[in-house]
Amino acid sequence: MNVKIPNLSLVVLIGTSGSGKSTFARKQFLPTETVSSDQCRSLISDNENDVTVTKEAFELVHYMIAKRLKLGKFTVVDATNVQSSARKPLVDLAKQFHVLPVAIVFKVPESVCQQRNDQRTDRNMGGHVIRNQNRDLLQSIRSLKREGFRHIFVLDSVAEIDSVTIERTPLWNDRRSDHGPFDIIGDVHGCLDELLELLHQLGYTVTDSELSAPDGRKAVFLGDLVDRGPASPQVVLLVKRMVEAGLAIGVPGNHDSKLVKKLSGRDVNIGHGLEQTLEQLSHETPAVHREIREFLDSLVSHYVLDGGKLVVAHAGMREDMQGRGSGAVRDFALYGETTGETDEFGLPVRVKWAEEYRGSAMVVYGHTPVPQPKFLNNTVCIDTGCVFGGKLTALRYPEMEFVSVDAKETYCEPVRPVVSPDSEEQFGTAQQAHDSLLDIADVRGRQHVLCDGFGTVIIPEENAAAAMEIMSRFGADPRWLVYLPPTMSPAETSDLPDYLVHPAEVLSYFRKQGATHVVAEEKHMGSRSVVVVGKDAEAIRRKFGVDGGLGVVLSRSGRRFFDEIELEQALLARLSNAMDRAGFWSDLRTDWAVLDTELMPWNAKAQQLIQSQYAPVRDGATASLSARRDWIAAAAARLPEVDLSELQAKTDFQLDAAQRFGEAFSRYCWPVEKLEDYKLAPFHILATEGAVHFDKNHEWHMQTIAAFGAEDAAVLRATPWRKVDLSNAEECESLIDWWITHTNAGGEGMVIKPLDFIHKGKNGMIQPALKCRGREYLRIIYGPEYLLPENLERLRKRGLSKKRSLALREFNLGLEGLRRFVAGQPLRKVHQCAFGVLALESEPVDPRL
Amino acid sequence: MLLIRTDYRPATDLGFLLHKHPGRMHVAEMPFGTARLLFTEASDEACAVAVIVEIDPIGLVRGSGTNGQDQYVNDRPYVASSYLSSTLVEFFSTAMSGRSKERPELAAIPIPLEFQIPAIRCRGGEGFLRSLFEPLGYVVTCEPLGSGSLFAVTLKGEVRIAEALLHLTVLVPVLDDDKHYFVDQTEIDKLFRRGAGWLSAHPKSEEITRRYLKHQGRLTREALTRLAELDGFPETEEEPEFIARQDRPNLHDARLDTVAAEIIASGASRILDLGCGEGKLIQRLMKSPQISEIVGVDISVQVLESAKRRLRLGEVMDKVHEKVRLVHGSLTYRDQALSGYDAAALVEVIEHLDAYRLESLGKVVFGEMAPKTVVVTTPNSEYNVLFPGLAAGKFRHPDHRFEWTRAQFNAWCEDLGQRWGYRFRTEPVGPVFEDLGAPTQMAVFSR
Repeated sequence: MNVKIPNLSLVVLIGTSGSGKSTFARKQFLPTETVSSDQCRSLISDNENDVTVTKEAFELVHYMIAKRLKLGKFTVVDATNVQSSARKPLVDLAKQFHVLPVAIVFKVPESVCQQRNDQRTDRNMGGHVIRNQNRDLLQSIRSLKREGFRHIFVLDSVAEIDSVTIERTPLWNDRRSDHGPFDIIGDVHGCLDELLELLHQLGYTVTDSELSAPDGRKAVFLGDLVDRGPASPQVVLLVKRMVEAGLAIGVPGNHDSKLVKKLSGRDVNIGHGLEQTLEQLSHETPAVHREIREFLDSLVSHYVLDGGKLVVAHAGMREDMQGRGSGAVRDFALYGETTGETDEFGLPVRVKWAEEYRGSAMVVYGHTPVPQPKFLNNTVCIDTGCVFGGKLTALRYPEMEFVSVDAKETYCEPVRPVVSPDSEEQFGTAQQAHDSLLDIADVRGRQHVLCDGFGTVIIPEENAAAAMEIMSRFGADPRWLVYLPPTMSPAETSDLPDYLVHPAEVLSYFRKQGATHVVAEEKHMGSRSVVVVGKDAEAIRRKFGVDGGLGVVLSRSGRRFFDEIELEQALLARLSNAMDRAGFWSDLRTDWAVLDTELMPWNAKAQQLIQSQYAPVRDGATASLSARRDWIAAAAARLPEVDLSELQAKTDFQLDAAQRFGEAFSRYCWPVEKLEDYKLAPFHILATEGAVHFDKNHEWHMQTIAAFGAEDAAVLRATPWRKVDLSNAEECESLIDWWITHTNAGGEGMVIKPLDFIHKGKNGMIQPALKCRGREYLRIIYGPEYLLPENLERLRKRGLSKKRSLALREFNLGLEGLRRFVAGQPLRKVHQCAFGVLALESEPVDPRL
Repeated sequence: MLLIRTDYRPATDLGFLLHKHPGRMHVAEMPFGTARLLFTEASDEACAVAVIVEIDPIGLVRGSGTNGQDQYVNDRPYVASSYLSSTLVEFFSTAMSGRSKERPELAAIPIPLEFQIPAIRCRGGEGFLRSLFEPLGYVVTCEPLGSGSLFAVTLKGEVRIAEALLHLTVLVPVLDDDKHYFVDQTEIDKLFRRGAGWLSAHPKSEEITRRYLKHQGRLTREALTRLAELDGFPETEEEPEFIARQDRPNLHDARLDTVAAEIIASGASRILDLGCGEGKLIQRLMKSPQISEIVGVDISVQVLESAKRRLRLGEVMDKVHEKVRLVHGSLTYRDQALSGYDAAALVEVIEHLDAYRLESLGKVVFGEMAPKTVVVTTPNSEYNVLFPGLAAGKFRHPDHRFEWTRAQFNAWCEDLGQRWGYRFRTEPVGPVFEDLGAPTQMAVFSR
């Protein structure tokens, strides 16, 4: 005997003690697939025959089954299961997790079981036990179907039990191996002309004699082929022909299901367009009636396609029901989820499953007419109400293009006006309306963010908690936060006396990692800022869903840089105009951009820090060290026998250091009174419409930026840069000279990057940039006196690996966030990345690196 | 850094008083660096000793055992602070005890002394500096260094050497308002030892005590009680002023009492305290038999920890404590678990959000959580003119993003009410002053 079992099912073994269930399970299934009551008894009491723990053992059995089914794991229950009361919780569990319950009955003569039990030394049960079990078993067989078992196999003899083979079959809805490409077509409702036109536009040939699809494509019908429209029978027959020819698949809609009931002779409410269909059918033969009924009845509730990336169903499909089979799954596919209430038009109030959808598979569905295809959280409704005078829409997958045909007439007046209920009060798309508020579940606790081309970045729970606080207390509107910049690692420390870092180490890092060219850019000393800028306010509103003028300037922690919005907008206007004059918008075919920039002066944001920390150190050091110098000089004059020369020299050095420290930071400070006192220096064009520009090298970024920067030099500061061939010793030497000249003159230092934005070395992605800060500048970081030999020696001992690993993770989170944003993914998916960067920044890493 | 100078004649007696030979350099290795003593003058007319403390800035950050210094760019190596106090104790403990082997009679009398401090941070400014030293008989000259609270200070007076050293040891860190080490019970004993004979009578004794004990409430209260006893009033029934003031119902308490009363009056049983802070409102509500559940939500994990301790959650297991749950959460993210409660309180919360985030807060609280009653309090900015020391246009707390007039608050309430379908009324909380209103304003929303 060959037993076919769906590969997602709960198999319930039913048989008396000694009927051979456990032996059978060991032979046929994986040990981990089998949940055995004996084993559970043993797990909690060390004795698999201890009947006093039966209740607890079955709690464990049910618990383990629930866990497995939730994960979609094939599961076998090895217990006697001879009583209906024992089977009921199992059927319930199968229903709860939408898997099929399967019964395999072991019908073995009582004497055989009794004999087997008698041979066991560890178990000694009276003869009545097996007799009673056998009686229960025989009574059970008849009622299994009624109890809800979808497949029932009765094995009649020991020989059959020994010889049976088990075959696992995929569920009907499992078409993951079908990769399309697909043309997914919304509710047709008998609109034959529009359907033919749409198919034609999509490149299908449909005539009486010929039927073909373009380039191996396949049409996917989302159901509701019938009712309301002028030619329901013809539509069904056409779709049937296409399905039989292997050119289409289809799922049923609620209207199709109702028609099947009617044609099967069941009593249904005639209405909602069924009356037209019946009228049209009255001109058809009974054979056609049967053909239509059988075809529609054969349709599978929903399909999982393209390796699990695509799900199609008439009314949508919740994540936990996808690819599963139960009455509830079918109901959901046909009707969606309803609250049981009805609205002012007498129609069922629908649960907004799409708003809560978090699945990775894209769900394409119809059922609810909308004026335009409606994207929300990786779901898309493409029923554009053709029969109501709207249009018939197809979604080309994976191209994600829409093809529509206008209705030739309004065949039916809608009961409820065709509008997207979410977008009434707000501008923008349904997704943007939904995204105006994020859910705490998307950021609370440990997070896993899958970054394409890099892997999963884990955000530990405590970091997420820290980020939640910062985001909530200080963060800008999350719709702006499509990107936060990563931290940047410094170079390894230098061995040269008098230097903590030196470009030589940076060059050797990149050389070792296999880069052939680098780009060195002067580092500006201001505040790292992310700038979102639009060509006009409309562009920003469309792309970001925020009524936010020309964009926003954000600090590296996601805070709005400017308290005065007018100032921010004035700066953005200057930037936007400069970009316009340089032809940026037209060249890049975009009307918005996200830029990585440095905003100067430093004191614009750091005034508080300068006043409370930097200035007092300068003033205190100068006063105190001057007094010390004088006191030592006086003492030295008095005490020629005491050698104070070393102390004197050191004090002089310190006094000089205090002076230089003061100069180092005051260079980056100037008064800000008007717009032109701010200087913005962009250095990366992160993203524009349809593009994340991490695929362009830094030469492109620098040149493109220079082009619009030149248009308004009063507020846009150019970044001097040069490209260096790492194999050319002269170029490398000259870069070092440039760095020394630049930093000695007070420059902060340089950022050196591999020429390509993303460079993969032998061991994967390498650091996207290393900073090399100048000798004078570092006083701001390590204190005025860091160059004292005894200080420098200690400062050289620093570990970079944690910083570098963090820099890479944050870089990839930033990139992933931009990718998701450009691809129009839901905000929570974009936010997760920016949030992740902020969370990782709360990691305790030496902040001076 | 400190210079001690005298023109008492013979001035060289200073060496005897300090037990230090003027002809040598004295060196002490301290945990935080090297300290040196050098006599810059030593004649009959004048004698001066410089205390030079070299603090290792790298050691401060990298070394263990030092407390809370995580910045290389740090004023500690350059300004007089508790490091100086520790150094003075190291060099001059004998002198501080009032003993002098060679000049006992001189140690017992006031002599003219001058102290130069090239740089010290004066928290509280020149006024506070003067109020510390002038009552002790010093003539204070000071010169600001830069625009902040840094000063170069000279003190002159006729003081016993021991007393002067103790004054400096105690008051330098008080003026700086910080200490480089952990402060515990033993610090009270040190304060009493060093402050014997002058501290209890000092007009700033309370503030000195508070700062010396690093503002630790429990230590400060204990010290002030002991200080009052020292003054010879141990029998008095009256509590020290400081403690009495703590117990007087202040604005904060009045606000919480009012909000608690509103919530009870609404008939609510399941309560959200949004921005619960340390749980003072929860404390007021948890004992009411009307209340069956309170969820305290706060954005700060740290604050929730202290609320948990304060409310003794997980420690006391009774019906009252089991009503309370604390949740780390945010008012700008939707949290479905917080829907369906009867009432929510937002006590002094909204002003901590940037105005442009209030729309999200409105959606989260009124649109999603949608309790039947919402009580909101926020400062009334019109009242600010009545706070002495609050400059015009300044907020009451550095984290406040805005403070509203009654009209502004009303407009916001109006808008919320309309959008989410709530009725509301506003009330003053605290004493109403003429046409400025009360310090706090409250709105009670219901639907």
